[in-house]
Amino acid sequence: MVVARSGSKRTVAALDAAAFKAGARIGMPAAKVQAMISGLHLVDADPSGDASAIERLALWMLRQYTPVVAMDSPAGIVMDTEGADHLRGGELLMLTGLVNALTGRGLQARGAIADTWGAAHAIARTTRREAIIVPVGETARASINLPISSLRLPPDIISGLTVLGFHTVGELSATPRSPLTLRFGPEVGRRLDQMFGRVAEPIDPMRTADVIEVVRSFSEPIGAAETIAKYIGQLVVELCAALETRGQGVRRADLIIYRVDNTLQSLRAGTAKPVRDIPHLTKLLCSSIEKIDPGFGIEKLSLAATMIEPFEEKQSISSLVEETVVDVTPLLDSFGNRGQRMYRLAPVESDVPERNVGRVSPVSAKMDQAWPTRWPRPSRILKHPERIEVIALTPDHPPASMTWRGKRRRITRGDGPERVFGEWWVRSSEMEAVRDYYSVEDEDGNRFWVYRSGDGVDPATGTAKWFLHGIYG
Amino acid sequence: MLNSADNPTVADLRERIQRLQGTAVRKGEVLSFGLTPIDDRLPGGGLAFGALHEVAGGGADAVHGAAAALFVAGIVARTKGDILWCLARPDLFAPALAQAGLHQDRVIYVEADREEDVLTNFEEGLRFGGLGAVVAELVRLPMTASRRLQLAAEASGTIGIALRRWRRPTEAADFGQPTAATTRWRISVLPSEPLPVPGIGRARWLAELIRARAGEAAEFEIGACDATGRISLSPHARDGQDQARRARNFG
Repeated sequence: MVVARSGSKRTVAALDAAAFKAGARIGMPAAKVQAMISGLHLVDADPSGDASAIERLALWMLRQYTPVVAMDSPAGIVMDTEGADHLRGGELLMLTGLVNALTGRGLQARGAIADTWGAAHAIARTTRREAIIVPVGETARASINLPISSLRLPPDIISGLTVLGFHTVGELSATPRSPLTLRFGPEVGRRLDQMFGRVAEPIDPMRTADVIEVVRSFSEPIGAAETIAKYIGQLVVELCAALETRGQGVRRADLIIYRVDNTLQSLRAGTAKPVRDIPHLTKLLCSSIEKIDPGFGIEKLSLAATMIEPFEEKQSISSLVEETVVDVTPLLDSFGNRGQRMYRLAPVESDVPERNVGRVSPVSAKMDQAWPTRWPRPSRILKHPERIEVIALTPDHPPASMTWRGKRRRITRGDGPERVFGEWWVRSSEMEAVRDYYSVEDEDGNRFWVYRSGDGVDPATGTAKWFLHGIYG
Repeated sequence: MLNSADNPTVADLRERIQRLQGTAVRKGEVLSFGLTPIDDRLPGGGLAFGALHEVAGGGADAVHGAAAALFVAGIVARTKGDILWCLARPDLFAPALAQAGLHQDRVIYVEADREEDVLTNFEEGLRFGGLGAVVAELVRLPMTASRRLQLAAEASGTIGIALRRWRRPTEAADFGQPTAATTRWRISVLPSEPLPVPGIGRARWLAELIRARAGEAAEFEIGACDATGRISLSPHARDGQDQARRARNFG
C-alpha cells in the first residue's frame, strides 16, 4: 500500500488487490487502515518518481504510436491517434497491442479510445475492461452513466455535487447550467463541454530536449495544398540542416498542423533507415497531404524528428567501372507509410516445410544461406494441408490415385518418400509424429506434393491419413 | 523502300521515330532466353526491358499459377538487382524459387490486403527504377491499368511481369481481354520427361506466346527452369500452330 503525505495528514494513495479485498480504499486515512488490517506494508508515495516514470512511458509511446502524446495527470497518458491507427492494423489492434505491451512489462493498464479527451479519460478510469473503443459519434451515449468523479474536477466540487445528489454525468448535464455556475464556478460547465466535444481541447504534444523541431508560423492562415506542400518543403530543408550539424538522420518525422480553430492534426512519416535526403523526405510527407483538412486555415506548421539515428555518410561511386548498387529503401518507405507489409523470406532451421521459411525485414542483412534440401519443392504451398482420398500400397509406395477437391486423378509417376520427423522441442505432441512426403504426377502432367501422416506401420506416428500440401510448377 | 535501309540517315531517322513512339527495342535492351527458336520469335531477340509482360497459367494452373510463377522466377532470376514481388495471397514457397535460380535475398515481397493495392504497388515499383524486375500477382488487369503500367515500365526501363491468377478456372476466360502488355504468355504443365527408372523427371511446360507486339504468336514445349533459371527446349520440340494441343489445354 502506498501512503501519501500532505502536511500532517497521511492518506492512502494506492493499494494492491489484497489490500482492496481487506477493505482498504483510496483516500482513507492511513491510521484507520493500519487499525483495520494487521501486517500492512506501507510505502511512502513518490509523486515525482511516478511522474518521471509516466513521462518515460509517454516518450516511448511518442516514438512507437503517434506524434501527439501528452501526460494526463494523475497516472495517465493521452494520445491523439487519429491518422496513426492504420499503421498498427486499426484502432482495436493498436489499443489491445498497447495494453498487452504494458501488461507484459508488469504494468496494469486500461485504455479507451473516444471522440474527446474528456470521454476517453473518464471511460478508461471507470470501466473494468482493459480496452474499450467508443465508436465515432457515440460519446454522449457512452458517457451519461459515468460517475461525476471522472470529470476531472477538483475534489471539493465533486463532494459538493454529491451532497446535492448528483451521481452521474448524465444527471449533471441535464441540469440547467446557470445555478451550477453560480455555485461552483465555470469549471463544471467547461469540463462537461469538453467531454461532449462542444469545446475543443487540444492536446499539447510533449517534446524532449533532444527532439529536433522546426516551426513555421503564418501571419495569414494557409489552406491550399500547393501552399502546404511549399512550406513542408521549406521545413524539411531546415530540419535536414539541423540534423546535419548533429550527424543524425531521421527515422520518424512528425508534421503537426495547428489550425486557426485551435485544433491540431498530425502526419507521421517513417523510414526504414536513417534519412537526410531532402527530396525523399518531402515526397514522403507530401504523399499524404490530401489527408490534411485545413478547415478555416492553418496558422502554424511544426516538423519534428521524433526518432533519429546516427547517419552514416557514404562515399558515392568514384570508379567508372564499378556497378551502382541502387538503394531501394525510399521505395520501401513509401510502401510502409501506406500500410503495406514488406518482407524477405529467409531459411529457418527446421525440416517441417511450413516452419522452414521465415519472414525477415527487407533491410536486414543478407545472410546468403540456402535451404539445404536437394529435393524439388512445390512453388505454391497450401496454408492448411487439404485432406485427399488416395489408394496406395503400404508402407512406402506413392499413391496410385488420389481425389482432391472432388476430382479423381490417376497417378502415373511418383517419387518418395521423404520422411520428416516431428519437432518435439517445439510441441511435445510431435514427439513421435512422422510425415512421409511424396511428389506425384497425374496423367495430364499436374504435379502435387502430398504426404501421409505417419510412417504407415506404427499408429503412434500418425493417423495414416493423406494430405495435399503443395502444387509443383 | 528496300535500299532506304542502307541509307544511314534514313535508318537513323527511322530509329528516332520509333524511339519517340516508344516501340523501339534497341540492342542489348532485351533479356534473351538463350534459345534461338524462342528468341527469334520475339522482336529484338528476347523479352524487352522497360515493358510489361503478362504470364498466366493454363488449365487448372490458372488458379494456382504454380508453373507460371516458376517461369517468371526463372526470367527475373536472370536480371540484375533486387526483385519486387507484389501479392495479395502469400502462398509462394520460397525454396522452390531458390531452386529456379532466384536467390531469396534478392526478392522483396510486398503484401497487400486488397487487390487494388497490388496494382498500386506494382506501378510504384515500376516507376521507382533501379529494381531488377517487378512482379505482381494480379486477378484483374483492365486495359487502362495495363497501359499505365506499360508507360511506367517504359519510363524507368524496369521489366514488369504481371502474373495473372484467378479465383476459379472459369474466370480465366478473362485472359482473352486485350491489355497493353508487350508479350502475353500462357504456361501449362505437360507430363514430365520420361526417366529410365520409376520417378519424376524434369518438368516440362507448354509455353504459348499468345501475343507479342510486332511479333507473331507461337508455342513451344520447354523443360522447366534449371538451377540458374534457364529453360530448355524439349528434344522433340515443335513450334507453330497446333490447334489440337491448344484446345486440350484450354479445357
